[in-house]
Amino acid sequence: MKYVDEFRDGEKAGVLLAEIEKLAATIDIAKQRPIHIMEVCGGHTHSIFRYGIEGLLTKSIELVHGPGCPVCVLPMGRVDDAVAIAEQPGVIFATFGDAMRVPGSRKSLLQAKADGADVRMVYSPMDALELARRHRDREVVFFGIGFETTMPSTALTVLQAESDGIGNFSVFCNHITIVPTIKAILDSPDLQLDGFLGPGHVSMVIGTAPYDFIASYYRKPMVVAGFEPLDVLLSILMVLRQIKDGRAEVENQYARIAPAGGNAPALQAVARVYELREFFEWRGLGSVDHSGVRFRKDYAAFDAERRFAVPNVKIADPKSCQCGEVLKGVLKPWQCRVFGSACTPETPLGALMVSSEGACAAYYQYGGIKTRGAA
Amino acid sequence: MNVVPIMRQRRLGAVHVPTVTLAHGGGGKAMKDLVDDVFIAAFDDFPFAAPEDQARLDLAALTARGDRLAFTTDSYVVTPLFFPGGDIGKLAVCGTVNDLAVGGAIPLYLSCAAIVEEGVPIDLLKKVAASMALTARAADVRIVTGDTKVVPRGACDKLFITTTGIGVIRTGVDLGVDRARPGDVVLVNGMLGDHGAAILCARGDMALDTQIASDCAALHDLIATLLRAAPGIRFMRDATRGGLATVLNEVAAASQVAIDIDEARTPIRDDVKGFCEILGLDPLYLANEGKIAVIAPPEQAEAALAAMRAHPLGTGAVAIGHAGAGEPGRVTMRTLIGGRRIVDMLVGEQLPRIC
Repeated sequence: MKYVDEFRDGEKAGVLLAEIEKLAATIDIAKQRPIHIMEVCGGHTHSIFRYGIEGLLTKSIELVHGPGCPVCVLPMGRVDDAVAIAEQPGVIFATFGDAMRVPGSRKSLLQAKADGADVRMVYSPMDALELARRHRDREVVFFGIGFETTMPSTALTVLQAESDGIGNFSVFCNHITIVPTIKAILDSPDLQLDGFLGPGHVSMVIGTAPYDFIASYYRKPMVVAGFEPLDVLLSILMVLRQIKDGRAEVENQYARIAPAGGNAPALQAVARVYELREFFEWRGLGSVDHSGVRFRKDYAAFDAERRFAVPNVKIADPKSCQCGEVLKGVLKPWQCRVFGSACTPETPLGALMVSSEGACAAYYQYGGIKTRGAA
Repeated sequence: MNVVPIMRQRRLGAVHVPTVTLAHGGGGKAMKDLVDDVFIAAFDDFPFAAPEDQARLDLAALTARGDRLAFTTDSYVVTPLFFPGGDIGKLAVCGTVNDLAVGGAIPLYLSCAAIVEEGVPIDLLKKVAASMALTARAADVRIVTGDTKVVPRGACDKLFITTTGIGVIRTGVDLGVDRARPGDVVLVNGMLGDHGAAILCARGDMALDTQIASDCAALHDLIATLLRAAPGIRFMRDATRGGLATVLNEVAAASQVAIDIDEARTPIRDDVKGFCEILGLDPLYLANEGKIAVIAPPEQAEAALAAMRAHPLGTGAVAIGHAGAGEPGRVTMRTLIGGRRIVDMLVGEQLPRIC
């Protein structure tokens, strides 16, 4: 396949792996403990497991799987609100597929659908708007989730709905922003991170400048990375080079897709439609200041939270769950006390077990050959 | 062979309205007309001269062809009913023929039970029945009994079909899901994931402009050829719902062997790959309707491969991996970059990822 297979070349991967191993051996940290590199984005987590990258890397590098799976960090209370909206008479609730299995405190959207709610899987918010056009007598609500990657498409859909005068369309907005959360992780005292792989798809929208504080204030190297195996390997090598040279910079490995300045029209749409919330609840991490967005007053008509009575109850994560520690990289997925016993992909307790981008589900399904083999 | 006596033809009833109504399910003349006009007219092997409540099959003719009966049933529910490469009728025949054939049986007879939603056009039913008849003739099986029910609007999605099949297992052929041994070779007869991708595309709700067609095909002849060339084959199964990954997990678990496949050799079309990339799906779990996974002993793997490649439905046959002595029941894949990942059973439905 054009422009994809090139980034999955086994021979080139071998060359990169050898270079990584050689360079890692010369880095001082590696003499005491493994070098910790966090991949922030769930897309990277997925690639790492999908291609078995972890098993190929030298033991002196440990990948820490970050909080960048929007489905995983959705708190239970928000899922309950989504179910409550979906169960209102006359509502068509449109959602991305992998949000359907996320457990709420009562049920998931998949269960709500089985119980009679009209929940439909869509592939883009524009599909949801199309549903609203076709069903003018129904209220169509789109479940807006995701980071800056999906934020603009929801914003543009709302702008389209406004200009087309489609009044039976609204969005249950759960869009979140990654930067404050990276900051929260860096401020966490129990953390030992030596560098980051930056989220390539988010950067396609916001560019690379928003991460500058990671290098300038926290003195940690970050490389904005693509999602193919060679992208990931090259980015790891670039992080190592920075560590070796004593540099802390934001570098861009994914420049073919993510321009340094981001995508101006997307950013304009985002700025026009959303404003920051004071705080937003993340599953596993708790409340993070300024980490979520909601619609501005001008777009209140499209805001499902204002249009429908939602319970808006904060539900604590199950006590046995250690998602937070796993998200921060303090625990490896299999070190969680319920991993693989009470919490499996069939019956996920924590959200990290739900989406294939979640570190726990990825370990359970694809990975940890060494780990699980030894267990 | 003519185990179903065709008697003097009687006059068939005809339907004169454009759509199916609840009257067609009432058991009266309207129903008889519907069954006559749609199914009996299409399935020329139906014993329609003297319609009994059951097909009557000659035992001696069956025992002449093998020493065990194979008996299977499957229900077919697909949206849309017509898709590139096939339709629900073709699917309902091929699927059951394949379920018989992968057990080493010669498929012989099918039943056809249709549940029809009120309001379905008669012409649509006729198209489906014609497709079933055509596919059955090509696959050398006879549809010898059937049933039709009409349900109120909303009680089913247009048309559900259940086919049950009977075949005879050739004497001496003994395949089993528990027969794989370390060293055995895993073969497939061509590109994987076409059917699953074609159906998702044909639903049209993702506005992707692709030309992926279902691989829906009756594999009885390919399998007969294969068994002649490599009689030592341990096991084969059609990789339908759940895809190749599911079949390999089933055989690894039942045989208590590890199976390792090689991503670089696993054949997947570029457009199916691209489709999966966009939606975040894994082609190993996509359904196939014309693909089998075969476990062959190492000394017959080459012969099996050659026999498949010589058949029109196996030109793309390849060896993709082998059974080994690793952790019993575990399926792994060597990835393109040389890593290894676990290929587990799917938990529920594959759900597209958001980004």
